[in-house]
Amino acid sequence: MTGPESFEQSAERALADDQLRKNFAFAMGSFIVKRKAVFSDEAETEQLRARGQAIKQRALSRLPELLEELEANCTRNGIRVHWAETPAVANRIVLDIVNAHSATGVIKGKSMVSEEMHLNGYLAAHGVEPIETDLGEFIIQLNGETPSHIIVPAIHKNKSQIAHIFHEKLPGTPYTEEVTELNAIARRTLRRRFYEAAVGVSGVNFAVAETGTLCLVENEGNGRMCTTLPAVHIAVMGLEKVVEKLEDLPPLLRLLTGSATGQLVTTYVNLITSPRRPGEKDGPQEVHLVILDNGRSRIYADPQLRQTLQCVRCGTCLNHCPVYTRIGGHAYGFVYPGPIGQILNPQVEGLEKAAPLITASSLCGACEEVCPVKIPITALLRRLRDESYSRAPTSAVPGHGCRSSLAERLAWQGWVLVNTRPWLNRMMNAVLGAIGDFLPPVGPLERWMRFREEPKFAGRSLHRRLKKKGVADE
Amino acid sequence: MTPESPKPSRVYFFSTCLIDSFYPEAGLAAIRLIEREGVRVIFPRGQSCCGQPAYNSGFPEEARTVARRQIRTFHEEIPIVVPSGSCAGMMKHHYPTLFAGAAEQAEAERFAARVFEWSEFMVRVLGVRLEDRGQPLKITWHTSCHALREMRVIEDSKSLIRQLSNVELVELERERECCGFGGTFAVKHPAISGAMVYDKVEDILATGAPRVIAGDCGCLLNITGAIAHRELAVSGQHLAEFIWERIHDGA
Repeated sequence: MTGPESFEQSAERALADDQLRKNFAFAMGSFIVKRKAVFSDEAETEQLRARGQAIKQRALSRLPELLEELEANCTRNGIRVHWAETPAVANRIVLDIVNAHSATGVIKGKSMVSEEMHLNGYLAAHGVEPIETDLGEFIIQLNGETPSHIIVPAIHKNKSQIAHIFHEKLPGTPYTEEVTELNAIARRTLRRRFYEAAVGVSGVNFAVAETGTLCLVENEGNGRMCTTLPAVHIAVMGLEKVVEKLEDLPPLLRLLTGSATGQLVTTYVNLITSPRRPGEKDGPQEVHLVILDNGRSRIYADPQLRQTLQCVRCGTCLNHCPVYTRIGGHAYGFVYPGPIGQILNPQVEGLEKAAPLITASSLCGACEEVCPVKIPITALLRRLRDESYSRAPTSAVPGHGCRSSLAERLAWQGWVLVNTRPWLNRMMNAVLGAIGDFLPPVGPLERWMRFREEPKFAGRSLHRRLKKKGVADE
Repeated sequence: MTPESPKPSRVYFFSTCLIDSFYPEAGLAAIRLIEREGVRVIFPRGQSCCGQPAYNSGFPEEARTVARRQIRTFHEEIPIVVPSGSCAGMMKHHYPTLFAGAAEQAEAERFAARVFEWSEFMVRVLGVRLEDRGQPLKITWHTSCHALREMRVIEDSKSLIRQLSNVELVELERERECCGFGGTFAVKHPAISGAMVYDKVEDILATGAPRVIAGDCGCLLNITGAIAHRELAVSGQHLAEFIWERIHDGA
């Protein structure tokens, strides 16, 4: 095979992998059940979602000033704030901090923005070892993979596959499928790294402008260790993570953890407001906050597309997506898989590159039905489909017009003609009724017939039958 | 069952292109069942497609042109009954968006307010009562995504089935999951769509029912096409056609 695999090819490969499909079907099925259990009261859930949407929309409506307020309050608290327009700039900022402390490695809590930055590869290329400490991230890092899910990055692996990875990649590790023992192996391996590391890197779930507080939720305690044990803590976040007030957090946290893992609350909720203060017994000497733009300001500028930035990265749209459930996260070929990735990646990386993502949806709406902040995902997919054909210079999405083709435009013009000229419509139906069953299986019909029989045209359309029957026309 | 709106004397019927071309029997049954309640059905011959294919494919201008044609054709202020949750959803929930800011905005909104999905109309407006004359039969029901999430009429559809005393409804395990049709999705991403409909058929087979009933012909075309492809002995039918058959001692 030459060149990188197309989306269609990687999706087909994923679909042919029975183990992968079983792993995803099982895991996503149980996430759906767990979410449902904590959001069992439909009316209450609706209220909560509306509140989450309102909080994020309010924050976004004041985004520039909230970011400035966040910076001012963080600075006052002793957190150093860095702005990065691109992943390259963000990576450089992190590396400079690491180098200033002569660190040879960093311990990392789970962060999708760091994935977006491709931080691990960048650090490694500059002689700094990134050590993932979230169990799922640890597993896939050992195996040289990227996350297949934004919350549970190793969800595509089952117990025995993980047992194999540990056995093969961690010298001296006997093969075991005992979950407690697998956890103990990870703990033993990572414990020493926690003690040794001079720098910890984490993500941010919410940044509170009013108090200059970074909120980070997790279940393994690795996040707390990454942000308290090393002398330096570097938090990285997308600029949409800012919220107005501390009191915005309870509903957002309830929505985030309930949607993500079906938990009422996570095991750890970290609120970081400053480095170690005089007299305090733990905590880092330095806290840095790197705020990444990477196309977000451009998304922010368009009122409809801006809704993409409401996302709290709970991953529930992935869990409920019939496409994601079948092909898994890697097949998408982008940092953010699933429905949120299908609207976010094209806006960040451009439509030329991400065009296949926007059509890979039946627009069933299962994602937006559960989205905790009510992002209108199907409407945004339609908007991106419009943009992919639009040559208008006012278009807001990079790569707009990339799918523009004369043939397709003509086909739709023909469709308009048939559907606005009743006589043509009747003629078309008569012709298809007569010869429709003998159409050659090429193009779309061939693709339809890979898994289905050809649709059978009725000999006489309803139009014709009703005319004969004398049903009123006016 | 008490109707929620006053019964009109006349209604429009929008057949949908799929019923027009592939399932005319379903359209005839839907019309007869409305007429049986003493309501006159008007079928404007100038009708065509709701415009959804273009609307979902990135061609809003083309969708608007075709949608405008329907708005003009169904001009009289009487209900528009649509035997599809998907096409009804397009006309009721997307026309106002499609014409937002355009000259026809108010007209599109008035039009949208008149749109009813067929089973919704039968239950909520006509308060229909059905007498089952058929033999005992086990069936399963497929929920279409747009009937579920846009029109929110699934309970209406199922309540019609539950009125049929000799029919046992066995629900699908993953009833809320899409069958994989999605219009052009089925031919743009055939492998993914194929995997989805395969699983849907498996779910149908697991019920042991020899027939699957649905309220949307897009889903039916997809599901019955996949059933036939695997040469399985399960048939598919539109809800209206099924009900018409049941109340006339059909098998």
